Amino acid sequence: MNYVIIGAGPAGVVAAETLRKHDAKGSITLIGDEGEPPYSRMALPYYLIDKISEQGTYLRQTADHYDNLKIKYRQAHVNSVDTKAKTLVFGDGKTLKYGKLLLATGAHPIRPPVTGLDLPGVHTCWTLEDARKIHQLAQSGAHVVLMGAGFIGSIVLEALVMKGVSLSVVEMEDRMVPRMMDDIAGNMLKNWCKSKGVRVLTGTRITELSDTGKGLKVGLNKGKLPVAQLVVVAAGVQSNIGFLKGSGIKTDVGVLVDDRLQSNVEDVYAAGDVAQAKDLSTGERNVLAIQPAAVEHGRLAAMNMAGLDTRHRGSLPMNILDTLGLISSSFGQWMGTKGSETAKMVDKKNYRYLRLEFLGDRLIGAQSVGMSDHLGMLRGLIQSETSLGPWKQTLMASPSRIAEAYVAKMHGSLG
Amino acid sequence: MQKTLVIDPGKCTGCKQCEMACSYVKEGTFNPSKSRIRVFDFHTEARFVPYTCTQCDDAWCQQACPVDAITTDPVSGVKQVHDNLCVGCKVCTIACPFGTINYNVSTGKVIKCDHCGGDPECVKACPTQAIVYSDAEQAGFDKMRQWAAKTDNAPQTTA
Repeated sequence: MNYVIIGAGPAGVVAAETLRKHDAKGSITLIGDEGEPPYSRMALPYYLIDKISEQGTYLRQTADHYDNLKIKYRQAHVNSVDTKAKTLVFGDGKTLKYGKLLLATGAHPIRPPVTGLDLPGVHTCWTLEDARKIHQLAQSGAHVVLMGAGFIGSIVLEALVMKGVSLSVVEMEDRMVPRMMDDIAGNMLKNWCKSKGVRVLTGTRITELSDTGKGLKVGLNKGKLPVAQLVVVAAGVQSNIGFLKGSGIKTDVGVLVDDRLQSNVEDVYAAGDVAQAKDLSTGERNVLAIQPAAVEHGRLAAMNMAGLDTRHRGSLPMNILDTLGLISSSFGQWMGTKGSETAKMVDKKNYRYLRLEFLGDRLIGAQSVGMSDHLGMLRGLIQSETSLGPWKQTLMASPSRIAEAYVAKMHGSLG
Repeated sequence: MQKTLVIDPGKCTGCKQCEMACSYVKEGTFNPSKSRIRVFDFHTEARFVPYTCTQCDDAWCQQACPVDAITTDPVSGVKQVHDNLCVGCKVCTIACPFGTINYNVSTGKVIKCDHCGGDPECVKACPTQAIVYSDAEQAGFDKMRQWAAKTDNAPQTTA
């Protein structure tokens, strides 16, 4: 079989490795359109603060990893897919035939329609190339404006502060990480950042950027900011599906895939940030754009491509964030759903928070602030749909006993 | 032969010497919060349950790691964190459905049980043999693994 994978992020790399595991002889081509070996975008904040070198961001650490697995790594940009002729067309006009195709083209950062977003000194933080530029401009003492305090913005936030810049964060919504956590958690994060000297403006929009000659003037819908040496745009991401126009592959916000990660076109699969696949928490198809989902998709899509009929139960939304030392996480339907019951432990003074959402006696969502132990248990309980029995009432009264409940359920004799 | 930690909660007295030994050997401090093994205390039932990583085959932590910092030892099957590569992103700590890989604030890295390289300190410290180190096949982790299978959203191969 001739397998071709477009996209060399975690989904593409795991898919290539999984294909090799299940098909020793097939031809595997992995196509990436950036200048480096496959790397992890998640590692970029750590590169920004010099915790790792560029090489430390690479998804696989041995130089001959792909050669050893007989995976052909090709650096090229795919312009279009002809699903009838089973052929890819590259930017330089060259073509490549495929037998089975995996779309793992990921996502790109959204650039909101704000005047001046194309000025020098304005950067997204998505690629290694972006990170190199930010690394250069985010000098100690520089004033940096971060547009967006979502998950990615908040990760970049920590790196920028650690680089010693003076930081202002501008977020349209009423709190930080509005799509990852509720108002209690989002405002805890905001207060924490403020206590660390970060200016956080929520409910505020950047209206315009202009070059003053001494830096960037950042216009807001209310209030003022000092001139900035760097503006980092973190306004969310969108799946890379533009090149599929006219291919017959069905898309919505991502490539719509079934429970084998196959699109409506036979032999064309999708995985990772580009895939609109089943979300375990709602049962609906959704683009999750998180590392664990990318890896799950990549592995499952590859197994199906290799002929092993393997069904995807769905991936669970989950995130973990470290904001200047304050660790927060969320899982599943952290915001609750119709008919769900909420248990909360709130300790604003000490920046500690735990919220659990139950449907019947099962955990369906959770979020935490200021906790770092046994967090994976929250995933375990949600994903296994464990019936908590009498423990549910205990947890409604004392949500912090969740780890105990988990261990008790695992050892059946303890309720 | 792969060996594993076999835990019998029925023999555990809750003395927590395993936690002390683990944190001392791994972190140089007697600090249960830094131990890779934790004893859960169910007072109302007068039961204690030592709890740590099963070195599961699925290796959720390893799969989720974005920088190849967790590997499986080919001989022992143990999942190891390489501190020189770990960036401290913590994705493994939410990916592991057992909650047995945790972030260590003081080092900025994640920590998990690695069987102390084949000579686990918790086993030596346990006065009641509630934790023993023996052949993987006989391990009492079967139940935990079955439970784990329920959490799996991947290998449900039907053909």
